[in-house]
Amino acid sequence: MAYSEQVIDHYENPRNVGKMNDSDENVGTGMVGAPACGDVMRLQIKVSDEGIIEDAKFKTYGCGSAIASSSLVTEWVKGMSLDEAQELKNTTIAEELALPPVKIHCSVLAEDAIKAAVADYKEKRAKK
Amino acid sequence: MKLPIYFDYSATTPVDPRVAEKMIECLTMDGNFGNPASRSHLYGWKAEEAVETARRQVADLLNADPREIVWTSGATESDNLAIKGVAHFYQKKGKHIITSKIEHKAVLDTCRQLEREGFEVTYLDPDKDGIIQPQAIADALRDDTILVSVMHVNNEIGVINDIAAIGEITRAKGVLFHVDAAQSAGKVEIDIAAMKVDLLSLSAHKMYGPKGMGVLYVRRKPRVRLEAQMHGGGHERGMRSGTLATHQIVGMGEAAAIAKAEMHQEHERITTLRKRFWDGLTGMEEIFLNGSEGQRYIGNMNVSFNYVEGESLLMSLKDLAVSSGSACTSASLEPSYVLRALGLSDEMAHSSIRFSIGRFTTEQDIDEAVAEIRTAVSKLRELSPLWDMFKDGVDLSKVEWVHH
Ligand SMILES: Cc1ncc(COP(=O)(O)O)c(C=O)c1O
Repeated sequence: MAYSEQVIDHYENPRNVGKMNDSDENVGTGMVGAPACGDVMRLQIKVSDEGIIEDAKFKTYGCGSAIASSSLVTEWVKGMSLDEAQELKNTTIAEELALPPVKIHCSVLAEDAIKAAVADYKEKRAKK
Repeated sequence: MKLPIYFDYSATTPVDPRVAEKMIECLTMDGNFGNPASRSHLYGWKAEEAVETARRQVADLLNADPREIVWTSGATESDNLAIKGVAHFYQKKGKHIITSKIEHKAVLDTCRQLEREGFEVTYLDPDKDGIIQPQAIADALRDDTILVSVMHVNNEIGVINDIAAIGEITRAKGVLFHVDAAQSAGKVEIDIAAMKVDLLSLSAHKMYGPKGMGVLYVRRKPRVRLEAQMHGGGHERGMRSGTLATHQIVGMGEAAAIAKAEMHQEHERITTLRKRFWDGLTGMEEIFLNGSEGQRYIGNMNVSFNYVEGESLLMSLKDLAVSSGSACTSASLEPSYVLRALGLSDEMAHSSIRFSIGRFTTEQDIDEAVAEIRTAVSKLRELSPLWDMFKDGVDLSKVEWVHH
Protein backbone atom coordinates (compact mmCIF):
# COMPACT_ATOMS: atom_id res chain seq x y z
CA MET A 1 0.00 0.00 0.00
CA ALA A 2 1.29 3.45 -0.79
CA TYR A 3 1.27 6.00 2.00
CA SER A 4 1.08 9.74 1.53
CA GLU A 5 4.12 11.86 2.34
CA GLN A 6 2.28 13.40 5.28
CA VAL A 7 1.52 9.99 6.79
CA ILE A 8 5.11 8.87 6.35
CA ASP A 9 6.39 12.09 7.91
CA HIS A 10 4.24 11.69 11.03
CA TYR A 11 4.95 7.99 11.18
CA GLU A 12 8.70 8.42 10.98
CA ASN A 13 8.83 11.49 13.22
CA PRO A 14 5.80 11.21 15.46
CA ARG A 15 5.14 14.40 17.41
CA ASN A 16 4.31 14.50 21.11
CA VAL A 17 4.73 10.85 21.95
CA GLY A 18 4.34 10.24 25.63
CA LYS A 19 2.27 9.78 28.69
CA MET A 20 0.98 12.32 31.20
CA ASN A 21 0.08 11.71 34.79
CA ASP A 22 -3.56 10.69 34.65
CA SER A 23 -4.18 11.68 38.25
CA ASP A 24 -3.18 15.28 37.58
CA GLU A 25 -6.43 17.27 37.66
CA ASN A 26 -5.37 19.35 34.68
CA VAL A 27 -4.99 16.27 32.51
CA GLY A 28 -7.73 14.70 30.42
CA THR A 29 -7.27 11.25 28.93
CA GLY A 30 -9.09 9.69 26.00
CA MET A 31 -8.50 6.06 25.16
CA VAL A 32 -10.41 4.68 22.20
CA GLY A 33 -10.35 1.63 19.95
CA ALA A 34 -9.65 -1.98 20.83
CA PRO A 35 -6.68 -4.29 20.27
CA ALA A 36 -8.97 -6.74 18.52
CA CYS A 37 -9.79 -4.13 15.88
CA GLY A 38 -6.13 -3.43 15.31
CA ASP A 39 -5.98 0.06 16.80
CA VAL A 40 -5.95 1.72 20.20
CA MET A 41 -5.25 5.42 20.72
CA ARG A 42 -4.49 7.11 23.99
CA LEU A 43 -4.60 10.87 23.69
CA GLN A 44 -3.96 13.16 26.65
CA ILE A 45 -4.31 16.90 27.04
CA LYS A 46 -3.08 19.26 29.69
CA VAL A 47 -5.45 22.18 30.16
CA SER A 48 -4.64 25.58 31.67
CA ASP A 49 -6.92 27.25 34.21
CA GLU A 50 -8.15 29.45 31.35
CA GLY A 51 -9.38 26.38 29.50
CA ILE A 52 -6.65 26.35 26.87
CA ILE A 53 -4.90 23.13 25.87
CA GLU A 54 -1.27 23.69 26.80
CA ASP A 55 0.14 20.34 25.92
CA ALA A 56 -0.93 17.09 24.30
CA LYS A 57 0.60 13.63 24.22
CA PHE A 58 -0.33 10.39 22.53
CA LYS A 59 0.51 6.76 22.16
CA THR A 60 -1.08 4.65 19.47
CA TYR A 61 -1.16 0.95 18.66
CA GLY A 62 -2.26 0.72 15.07
CA CYS A 63 -1.32 1.12 11.45
CA GLY A 64 0.75 3.99 10.09
CA SER A 65 -2.35 6.05 9.33
CA ALA A 66 -3.64 5.67 12.88
CA ILE A 67 -0.28 6.75 14.29
CA ALA A 68 -0.16 9.72 11.91
CA SER A 69 -3.75 10.76 12.70
CA SER A 70 -3.10 10.87 16.42
CA SER A 71 0.27 12.57 16.02
CA LEU A 72 -1.32 15.26 13.87
CA VAL A 73 -4.14 15.85 16.34
CA THR A 74 -1.72 16.41 19.23
CA GLU A 75 -0.04 19.10 17.15
CA TRP A 76 -3.29 20.76 16.19
CA VAL A 77 -4.98 20.89 19.57
CA LYS A 78 -2.12 22.63 21.34
CA GLY A 79 -3.25 26.20 21.94
CA MET A 80 -6.90 25.43 21.23
CA SER A 81 -9.73 26.01 23.67
CA LEU A 82 -11.68 22.96 24.74
CA ASP A 83 -14.58 23.98 22.54
CA GLU A 84 -12.35 24.36 19.52
CA ALA A 85 -10.76 20.98 20.17
CA GLN A 86 -14.14 19.34 20.43
CA GLU A 87 -15.09 20.65 17.04
CA LEU A 88 -12.16 19.03 15.30
CA LYS A 89 -13.55 16.93 12.46
CA ASN A 90 -12.22 13.66 11.18
CA THR A 91 -12.63 14.89 7.61
CA THR A 92 -10.10 17.67 8.25
CA ILE A 93 -7.63 15.12 9.57
CA ALA A 94 -8.23 12.74 6.68
CA GLU A 95 -7.78 15.55 4.22
CA GLU A 96 -4.54 16.82 5.74
CA LEU A 97 -3.05 13.32 5.71
CA ALA A 98 -4.57 12.36 2.33
CA LEU A 99 -5.94 9.16 3.81
CA PRO A 100 -7.39 6.63 1.36
CA PRO A 101 -11.01 5.50 1.95
CA VAL A 102 -9.98 2.30 3.80
CA LYS A 103 -8.10 4.42 6.31
CA ILE A 104 -10.81 6.95 7.10
CA HIS A 105 -11.61 5.04 10.29
CA CYS A 106 -8.19 6.10 11.63
CA SER A 107 -9.18 9.75 11.43
CA VAL A 108 -12.54 8.95 13.03
CA LEU A 109 -10.70 7.30 15.88
CA ALA A 110 -8.49 10.37 16.33
CA GLU A 111 -11.58 12.59 16.47
CA ASP A 112 -13.12 10.23 19.04
CA ALA A 113 -9.89 10.32 21.05
CA ILE A 114 -9.75 14.08 21.38
CA LYS A 115 -13.47 14.23 22.22
CA ALA A 116 -12.95 11.56 24.88
CA ALA A 117 -9.99 13.44 26.35
CA VAL A 118 -11.98 16.68 26.60
CA ALA A 119 -14.94 14.85 28.13
CA ASP A 120 -12.65 13.17 30.65
CA TYR A 121 -11.14 16.51 31.64
CA LYS A 122 -14.57 18.12 32.04
CA GLU A 123 -15.82 15.22 34.09
CA LYS A 124 -12.82 15.49 36.41
CA ARG A 125 -13.45 19.19 36.83
CA ALA A 126 -17.15 18.73 37.47
CA LYS A 127 -16.43 16.23 40.23
CA LYS A 128 -14.24 18.68 42.09
CA MET B 1 22.44 -5.83 -1.55
CA LYS B 2 19.16 -5.60 -3.43
CA LEU B 3 16.46 -3.78 -1.45
CA PRO B 4 14.00 -4.62 -0.13
CA ILE B 5 15.50 -7.95 0.90
CA TYR B 6 13.24 -10.79 -0.17
CA PHE B 7 11.72 -12.66 2.78
CA ASP B 8 8.58 -13.93 1.10
CA TYR B 9 9.58 -17.30 -0.38
CA SER B 10 6.25 -18.75 0.74
CA ALA B 11 4.44 -16.32 -1.55
CA THR B 12 6.60 -17.14 -4.52
CA THR B 13 10.20 -17.94 -5.36
CA PRO B 14 12.34 -16.45 -8.09
CA VAL B 15 13.01 -18.79 -11.00
CA ASP B 16 16.38 -20.49 -10.55
CA PRO B 17 18.72 -19.21 -13.30
CA ARG B 18 19.40 -22.84 -14.34
CA VAL B 19 15.65 -23.26 -14.82
CA ALA B 20 15.29 -20.02 -16.76
CA GLU B 21 18.04 -21.15 -19.12
CA LYS B 22 16.19 -24.37 -19.98
CA MET B 23 12.93 -22.50 -20.47
CA ILE B 24 14.44 -20.02 -22.87
CA GLU B 25 15.47 -22.92 -25.09
CA CYS B 26 11.82 -23.75 -25.72
CA LEU B 27 10.47 -20.53 -27.15
CA THR B 28 11.91 -19.23 -30.38
CA MET B 29 12.26 -20.52 -33.93
CA ASP B 30 15.77 -21.77 -33.09
CA GLY B 31 14.48 -23.52 -30.01
CA ASN B 32 12.15 -26.33 -29.05
CA PHE B 33 8.93 -24.44 -29.76
CA GLY B 34 6.80 -27.19 -31.32
CA ASN B 35 3.41 -28.39 -30.17
CA PRO B 36 4.00 -31.55 -28.14
CA ALA B 37 0.77 -32.93 -29.60
CA SER B 38 1.99 -32.63 -33.19
CA ARG B 39 2.59 -36.20 -34.28
CA SER B 40 3.52 -35.56 -37.86
CA HIS B 41 6.93 -33.86 -37.64
CA LEU B 42 10.17 -33.46 -35.74
CA TYR B 43 9.12 -30.22 -34.01
CA GLY B 44 6.27 -32.01 -32.29
CA TRP B 45 8.34 -35.07 -31.43
CA LYS B 46 11.11 -32.97 -29.88
CA ALA B 47 8.64 -30.97 -27.82
CA GLU B 48 6.94 -34.14 -26.67
CA GLU B 49 10.29 -35.59 -25.66
CA ALA B 50 11.05 -32.51 -23.56
CA VAL B 51 7.62 -32.70 -21.91
CA GLU B 52 8.08 -36.38 -21.10
CA THR B 53 11.55 -35.76 -19.65
CA ALA B 54 10.03 -33.12 -17.39
CA ARG B 55 7.23 -35.50 -16.44
CA ARG B 56 9.83 -38.01 -15.33
CA GLN B 57 11.69 -35.33 -13.37
CA VAL B 58 8.57 -34.37 -11.44
CA ALA B 59 7.61 -38.02 -10.94
CA ASP B 60 11.12 -38.69 -9.56
CA LEU B 61 10.76 -35.91 -7.03
CA LEU B 62 7.64 -37.63 -5.68
CA ASN B 63 8.81 -41.21 -6.29
CA ALA B 64 5.78 -41.60 -8.55
CA ASP B 65 5.11 -43.08 -11.99
CA PRO B 66 5.36 -40.47 -14.79
CA ARG B 67 1.91 -41.58 -15.99
CA GLU B 68 0.51 -40.23 -12.72
CA ILE B 69 1.57 -36.65 -13.47
CA VAL B 70 -1.03 -34.29 -15.01
CA TRP B 71 0.14 -30.83 -16.08
CA THR B 72 -1.98 -27.87 -14.95
CA SER B 73 -1.63 -24.11 -14.70
CA GLY B 74 -0.78 -24.15 -11.00
CA ALA B 75 -1.82 -25.46 -7.62
CA THR B 76 -5.08 -23.52 -7.75
CA GLU B 77 -6.13 -25.43 -10.86
CA SER B 78 -4.80 -28.70 -9.43
CA ASP B 79 -6.86 -28.21 -6.26
CA ASN B 80 -9.95 -27.41 -8.32
CA LEU B 81 -9.45 -30.37 -10.62
CA ALA B 82 -8.82 -32.78 -7.76
CA ILE B 83 -11.70 -31.73 -5.56
CA LYS B 84 -14.36 -30.92 -8.16
CA GLY B 85 -13.15 -33.77 -10.35
CA VAL B 86 -13.59 -36.34 -7.58
CA ALA B 87 -16.82 -34.80 -6.28
CA HIS B 88 -18.43 -34.84 -9.71
CA PHE B 89 -17.23 -38.31 -10.60
CA TYR B 90 -18.09 -40.03 -7.32
CA GLN B 91 -21.21 -38.11 -6.31
CA LYS B 92 -23.39 -41.16 -6.65
CA LYS B 93 -21.30 -42.79 -3.92
CA GLY B 94 -21.72 -39.91 -1.53
CA LYS B 95 -21.67 -36.16 -1.19
CA HIS B 96 -19.59 -35.57 1.90
CA ILE B 97 -16.11 -34.01 1.88
CA ILE B 98 -13.74 -33.36 4.78
CA THR B 99 -11.14 -30.60 4.81
CA SER B 100 -9.67 -28.17 7.34
CA LYS B 101 -10.26 -24.55 8.25
CA ILE B 102 -6.68 -23.58 7.46
CA GLU B 103 -6.46 -24.79 3.88
CA HIS B 104 -5.46 -22.41 1.11
CA LYS B 105 -8.33 -20.48 -0.48
CA ALA B 106 -7.93 -22.62 -3.60
CA VAL B 107 -9.26 -25.54 -1.54
CA LEU B 108 -11.69 -23.64 0.69
CA ASP B 109 -13.41 -21.74 -2.09
CA THR B 110 -13.62 -24.86 -4.22
CA CYS B 111 -15.37 -26.58 -1.31
CA ARG B 112 -17.70 -23.60 -0.92
CA GLN B 113 -18.64 -23.94 -4.57
CA LEU B 114 -19.39 -27.63 -4.09
CA GLU B 115 -21.59 -26.75 -1.12
CA ARG B 116 -23.60 -24.55 -3.46
CA GLU B 117 -23.93 -27.59 -5.72
CA GLY B 118 -25.37 -29.65 -2.90
CA PHE B 119 -22.30 -31.28 -1.39
CA GLU B 120 -21.72 -31.25 2.34
CA VAL B 121 -18.32 -30.18 3.66
CA THR B 122 -16.84 -30.60 7.14
CA TYR B 123 -14.17 -28.02 7.96
CA LEU B 124 -11.97 -29.37 10.74
CA ASP B 125 -10.25 -27.21 13.34
CA PRO B 126 -6.50 -27.59 13.73
CA ASP B 127 -5.06 -28.07 17.20
CA LYS B 128 -3.40 -25.06 18.85
CA ASP B 129 -0.16 -25.87 17.04
CA GLY B 130 -1.89 -25.71 13.67
CA ILE B 131 -1.81 -29.46 13.06
CA ILE B 132 -4.78 -31.41 11.72
CA GLN B 133 -4.83 -34.43 13.98
CA PRO B 134 -5.33 -37.72 12.06
CA GLN B 135 -7.77 -38.77 14.77
CA ALA B 136 -9.94 -35.74 13.96
CA ILE B 137 -10.20 -37.04 10.38
CA ALA B 138 -11.06 -40.53 11.57
CA ASP B 139 -13.82 -39.10 13.78
CA ALA B 140 -15.29 -37.01 10.97
CA LEU B 141 -15.49 -39.81 8.39
CA ARG B 142 -19.00 -40.92 7.45
CA ASP B 143 -20.43 -43.58 5.18
CA ASP B 144 -21.07 -40.97 2.50
CA THR B 145 -17.61 -39.35 2.71
CA ILE B 146 -15.93 -39.48 -0.69
CA LEU B 147 -12.91 -37.23 -0.24
CA VAL B 148 -10.56 -35.83 2.39
CA SER B 149 -8.44 -32.83 1.42
CA VAL B 150 -5.66 -31.73 3.79
CA MET B 151 -2.59 -29.68 2.99
CA HIS B 152 0.94 -30.93 3.59
CA VAL B 153 2.68 -27.69 4.65
CA ASN B 154 0.58 -24.69 5.57
CA ASN B 155 1.39 -21.57 3.56
CA GLU B 156 0.99 -19.11 6.41
CA ILE B 157 2.49 -20.87 9.38
CA GLY B 158 4.59 -23.61 7.77
CA VAL B 159 3.41 -26.49 9.96
CA ILE B 160 3.57 -30.00 8.51
CA ASN B 161 0.63 -32.37 8.70
CA ASP B 162 1.16 -36.09 9.13
CA ILE B 163 0.06 -37.06 5.65
CA ALA B 164 1.19 -40.69 5.97
CA ALA B 165 -0.97 -41.22 9.05
CA ILE B 166 -4.03 -39.59 7.48
CA GLY B 167 -3.55 -41.72 4.35
CA GLU B 168 -3.68 -44.90 6.41
CA ILE B 169 -7.05 -43.85 7.79
CA THR B 170 -8.62 -42.79 4.50
CA ARG B 171 -7.37 -45.80 2.54
CA ALA B 172 -8.68 -48.21 5.16
CA LYS B 173 -12.12 -46.63 4.71
CA GLY B 174 -11.94 -46.47 0.93
CA VAL B 175 -12.10 -42.68 0.94
CA LEU B 176 -9.97 -40.71 -1.52
CA PHE B 177 -7.28 -38.43 -0.11
CA HIS B 178 -6.10 -35.21 -1.75
CA VAL B 179 -3.07 -33.27 -0.50
CA ASP B 180 -2.17 -29.70 -1.39
CA ALA B 181 1.62 -29.93 -1.43
CA ALA B 182 2.29 -26.55 -3.05
CA GLN B 183 4.34 -25.42 -0.06
CA SER B 184 6.18 -28.65 0.62
CA ALA B 185 7.25 -30.08 -2.73
CA GLY B 186 10.97 -29.79 -3.22
CA LYS B 187 11.49 -28.71 0.37
CA VAL B 188 10.16 -31.58 2.42
CA GLU B 189 10.55 -35.20 1.36
CA ILE B 190 7.47 -36.65 -0.34
CA ASP B 191 7.52 -40.37 -1.07
CA ILE B 192 4.21 -40.99 -2.71
CA ALA B 193 4.93 -44.73 -2.99
CA ALA B 194 5.09 -44.94 0.79
CA MET B 195 2.10 -42.68 1.46
CA LYS B 196 -1.50 -43.55 0.74
CA VAL B 197 -2.22 -40.31 -1.04
CA ASP B 198 -4.50 -40.42 -4.09
CA LEU B 199 -4.16 -36.90 -5.42
CA LEU B 200 -1.50 -34.27 -4.81
CA SER B 201 -1.24 -30.67 -6.00
CA LEU B 202 2.04 -28.96 -6.86
CA SER B 203 2.95 -25.47 -7.96
CA ALA B 204 6.12 -24.67 -9.92
CA HIS B 205 6.54 -21.14 -8.62
CA LYS B 206 6.98 -22.25 -5.03
CA MET B 207 9.98 -24.38 -6.01
CA TYR B 208 12.04 -21.99 -8.16
CA GLY B 209 10.10 -22.74 -11.33
CA PRO B 210 7.80 -20.49 -13.34
CA LYS B 211 4.42 -19.08 -12.28
CA GLY B 212 1.36 -20.37 -14.10
CA MET B 213 2.55 -23.97 -13.95
CA GLY B 214 1.51 -26.84 -11.75
CA VAL B 215 0.90 -30.54 -11.50
CA LEU B 216 -1.81 -32.78 -10.21
CA TYR B 217 -0.58 -36.21 -9.23
CA VAL B 218 -3.35 -38.74 -9.87
CA ARG B 219 -2.78 -42.25 -8.51
CA ARG B 220 -3.06 -45.22 -10.90
CA LYS B 221 -3.11 -48.07 -8.39
CA PRO B 222 -5.66 -48.06 -6.89
CA ARG B 223 -7.01 -46.04 -9.74
CA VAL B 224 -8.51 -42.61 -9.13
CA ARG B 225 -11.12 -41.31 -11.56
CA LEU B 226 -11.80 -37.62 -12.18
CA GLU B 227 -14.31 -35.68 -14.15
CA ALA B 228 -12.40 -33.20 -16.31
CA GLN B 229 -12.97 -29.52 -15.56
CA MET B 230 -11.38 -28.30 -18.79
CA HIS B 231 -12.68 -29.82 -21.98
CA GLY B 232 -11.07 -29.76 -25.40
CA GLY B 233 -8.47 -31.75 -27.26
CA GLY B 234 -8.30 -34.53 -24.69
CA HIS B 235 -4.75 -33.84 -23.56
CA GLU B 236 -3.37 -35.42 -20.39
CA ARG B 237 -5.47 -38.55 -20.86
CA GLY B 238 -8.60 -36.47 -21.02
CA MET B 239 -8.16 -35.03 -17.56
CA ARG B 240 -6.95 -31.62 -18.63
CA SER B 241 -7.23 -30.35 -22.18
CA GLY B 242 -5.12 -27.56 -23.57
CA THR B 243 -1.92 -27.38 -25.59
CA LEU B 244 0.98 -28.19 -23.30
CA ALA B 245 3.17 -25.18 -22.49
CA THR B 246 6.52 -26.76 -23.27
CA HIS B 247 8.68 -23.99 -21.80
CA GLN B 248 6.70 -23.92 -18.55
CA ILE B 249 6.71 -27.68 -18.25
CA VAL B 250 10.43 -27.92 -18.94
CA GLY B 251 10.93 -25.26 -16.27
CA MET B 252 8.96 -27.19 -13.73
CA GLY B 253 10.80 -30.40 -14.59
CA GLU B 254 14.19 -28.77 -14.19
CA ALA B 255 13.08 -27.12 -10.94
CA ALA B 256 12.00 -30.53 -9.63
CA ALA B 257 15.29 -32.15 -10.65
CA ILE B 258 17.31 -29.43 -8.91
CA ALA B 259 15.10 -29.61 -5.81
CA LYS B 260 15.59 -33.36 -5.58
CA ALA B 261 19.35 -33.19 -6.08
CA GLU B 262 19.88 -30.36 -3.62
CA MET B 263 17.14 -30.89 -1.05
CA HIS B 264 19.40 -32.13 1.73
CA GLN B 265 22.13 -29.55 1.43
CA GLU B 266 19.52 -26.82 1.04
CA HIS B 267 17.72 -28.03 4.14
CA GLU B 268 20.95 -27.78 6.11
CA ARG B 269 21.71 -24.32 4.81
CA ILE B 270 18.26 -23.01 5.59
CA THR B 271 18.33 -24.60 9.03
CA THR B 272 21.50 -22.65 9.78
CA LEU B 273 19.94 -19.42 8.54
CA ARG B 274 16.83 -19.99 10.57
CA LYS B 275 18.89 -20.54 13.70
CA ARG B 276 20.80 -17.35 13.00
CA PHE B 277 17.51 -15.49 12.72
CA TRP B 278 16.15 -16.83 16.01
CA ASP B 279 19.44 -16.32 17.80
CA GLY B 280 19.36 -12.74 16.59
CA LEU B 281 15.95 -12.17 18.14
CA THR B 282 16.83 -13.82 21.45
CA GLY B 283 16.15 -11.64 24.40
CA MET B 284 13.29 -9.70 22.81
CA GLU B 285 10.26 -9.83 25.06
CA GLU B 286 6.82 -11.04 24.05
CA ILE B 287 7.60 -12.56 20.69
CA PHE B 288 5.99 -15.82 19.69
CA LEU B 289 6.41 -18.33 16.90
CA ASN B 290 2.98 -19.25 15.53
CA GLY B 291 2.37 -22.92 14.86
CA SER B 292 4.15 -26.04 15.99
CA GLU B 293 7.80 -25.57 16.88
CA GLY B 294 8.93 -29.07 15.89
CA GLN B 295 6.53 -30.12 13.15
CA ARG B 296 7.22 -27.44 10.58
CA TYR B 297 9.02 -26.51 7.40
CA ILE B 298 12.08 -24.62 8.58
CA GLY B 299 11.98 -21.90 5.92
CA ASN B 300 8.81 -20.38 7.37
CA MET B 301 8.82 -18.22 10.47
CA ASN B 302 5.47 -16.72 11.38
CA VAL B 303 6.09 -14.51 14.36
CA SER B 304 3.79 -12.41 16.53
CA PHE B 305 5.29 -9.31 18.12
CA ASN B 306 2.89 -8.68 20.93
CA TYR B 307 1.63 -5.10 21.46
CA VAL B 308 2.80 -4.04 18.01
CA GLU B 309 0.35 -3.81 15.14
CA GLY B 310 1.38 -5.73 12.02
CA GLU B 311 0.74 -3.13 9.38
CA SER B 312 2.76 -0.45 11.14
CA LEU B 313 5.49 -3.03 11.62
CA LEU B 314 5.46 -3.75 7.90
CA MET B 315 5.80 -0.03 7.30
CA SER B 316 8.85 0.09 9.56
CA LEU B 317 10.42 -2.96 7.99
CA LYS B 318 10.54 -1.17 4.69
CA ASP B 319 13.77 -2.80 3.60
CA LEU B 320 12.30 -6.27 4.08
CA ALA B 321 9.78 -7.83 1.72
CA VAL B 322 7.62 -9.81 4.15
CA SER B 323 3.93 -10.49 4.54
CA SER B 324 1.59 -9.77 7.39
CA GLY B 325 -0.95 -11.97 9.10
CA SER B 326 -3.09 -8.94 9.53
CA ALA B 327 -5.31 -8.14 6.61
CA CYS B 328 -5.81 -4.61 7.87
CA THR B 329 -5.05 -3.24 4.44
CA SER B 330 -8.48 -4.37 3.36
CA ALA B 331 -11.43 -2.51 4.78
CA SER B 332 -12.48 -5.55 6.75
CA LEU B 333 -9.87 -5.33 9.54
CA GLU B 334 -10.04 -9.11 9.66
CA PRO B 335 -6.94 -10.82 10.92
CA SER B 336 -5.77 -13.99 9.18
CA TYR B 337 -8.29 -16.84 9.28
CA VAL B 338 -5.43 -19.29 9.77
CA LEU B 339 -4.11 -17.61 12.90
CA ARG B 340 -7.63 -17.22 14.20
CA ALA B 341 -8.26 -20.95 13.71
CA LEU B 342 -5.23 -21.63 15.92
CA GLY B 343 -7.06 -19.77 18.66
CA LEU B 344 -4.80 -16.73 18.59
CA SER B 345 -6.37 -13.59 19.99
CA ASP B 346 -7.15 -10.95 17.40
CA GLU B 347 -4.38 -8.72 18.64
CA MET B 348 -1.80 -11.48 18.43
CA ALA B 349 -2.97 -12.22 14.91
CA HIS B 350 -2.79 -8.52 14.09
CA SER B 351 0.80 -8.41 15.27
CA SER B 352 2.08 -11.29 13.17
CA ILE B 353 4.57 -11.21 10.32
CA ARG B 354 5.57 -14.10 8.10
CA PHE B 355 9.27 -14.29 7.28
CA SER B 356 10.03 -16.97 4.73
CA ILE B 357 13.53 -17.72 3.53
CA GLY B 358 14.90 -19.84 0.73
CA ARG B 359 17.56 -20.69 -1.79
CA PHE B 360 18.96 -17.21 -2.28
CA THR B 361 18.79 -15.93 1.31
CA THR B 362 22.21 -15.06 2.74
CA GLU B 363 23.59 -14.65 6.26
CA GLN B 364 23.93 -10.96 5.56
CA ASP B 365 20.21 -10.81 4.70
CA ILE B 366 19.39 -12.41 8.04
CA ASP B 367 21.61 -10.04 10.01
CA GLU B 368 20.07 -7.06 8.27
CA ALA B 369 16.57 -8.33 9.03
CA VAL B 370 17.35 -8.95 12.69
CA ALA B 371 18.72 -5.44 13.11
CA GLU B 372 15.72 -3.90 11.39
CA ILE B 373 13.22 -5.94 13.38
CA ARG B 374 14.84 -4.98 16.67
CA THR B 375 14.80 -1.29 15.85
CA ALA B 376 11.26 -1.29 14.50
CA VAL B 377 9.73 -3.28 17.33
CA SER B 378 11.30 -1.16 20.05
CA LYS B 379 10.26 2.02 18.29
CA LEU B 380 6.67 0.85 17.91
CA ARG B 381 6.50 -0.41 21.47
CA GLU B 382 7.61 3.03 22.65
CA LEU B 383 4.59 4.30 20.74
CA SER B 384 2.19 1.62 21.95
CA PRO B 385 -0.24 2.30 24.79
CA LEU B 386 -0.70 -1.45 25.09
CA TRP B 387 3.00 -1.93 25.77
CA ASP B 388 2.76 0.73 28.52
CA MET B 389 -0.16 -1.09 30.07
CA PHE B 390 1.62 -4.43 29.83
CA LYS B 391 4.65 -2.91 31.55
CA ASP B 392 2.36 -1.47 34.24
CA GLY B 393 1.00 -4.93 34.85
CA VAL B 394 -2.48 -4.26 33.43
CA ASP B 395 -4.30 -7.38 32.22
CA LEU B 396 -5.43 -6.32 28.75
CA SER B 397 -8.09 -9.00 28.55
CA LYS B 398 -9.87 -7.34 31.49
CA VAL B 399 -9.94 -3.84 30.00
CA GLU B 400 -13.25 -2.58 28.69
CA TRP B 401 -12.40 -1.25 25.26
CA VAL B 402 -14.35 1.47 23.55
CA HIS B 403 -15.19 -0.18 20.24
CA HIS B 404 -15.81 2.07 17.33
C1 LIG C 1 -0.92 -24.12 -0.11
C2 LIG C 1 -1.14 -23.46 -1.43
N1 LIG C 1 -2.06 -23.95 -2.28
C3 LIG C 1 -2.29 -23.37 -3.47
C4 LIG C 1 -1.60 -22.26 -3.88
C5 LIG C 1 -1.91 -21.66 -5.22
O1 LIG C 1 -0.93 -22.01 -6.13
P1 LIG C 1 -0.84 -21.35 -7.56
O2 LIG C 1 -0.36 -19.95 -7.32
O3 LIG C 1 0.17 -22.18 -8.31
O4 LIG C 1 -2.17 -21.41 -8.19
C6 LIG C 1 -0.64 -21.71 -3.02
C7 LIG C 1 0.11 -20.50 -3.36
O5 LIG C 1 -0.36 -19.41 -3.50
C8 LIG C 1 -0.42 -22.33 -1.76
O6 LIG C 1 0.46 -21.81 -0.91
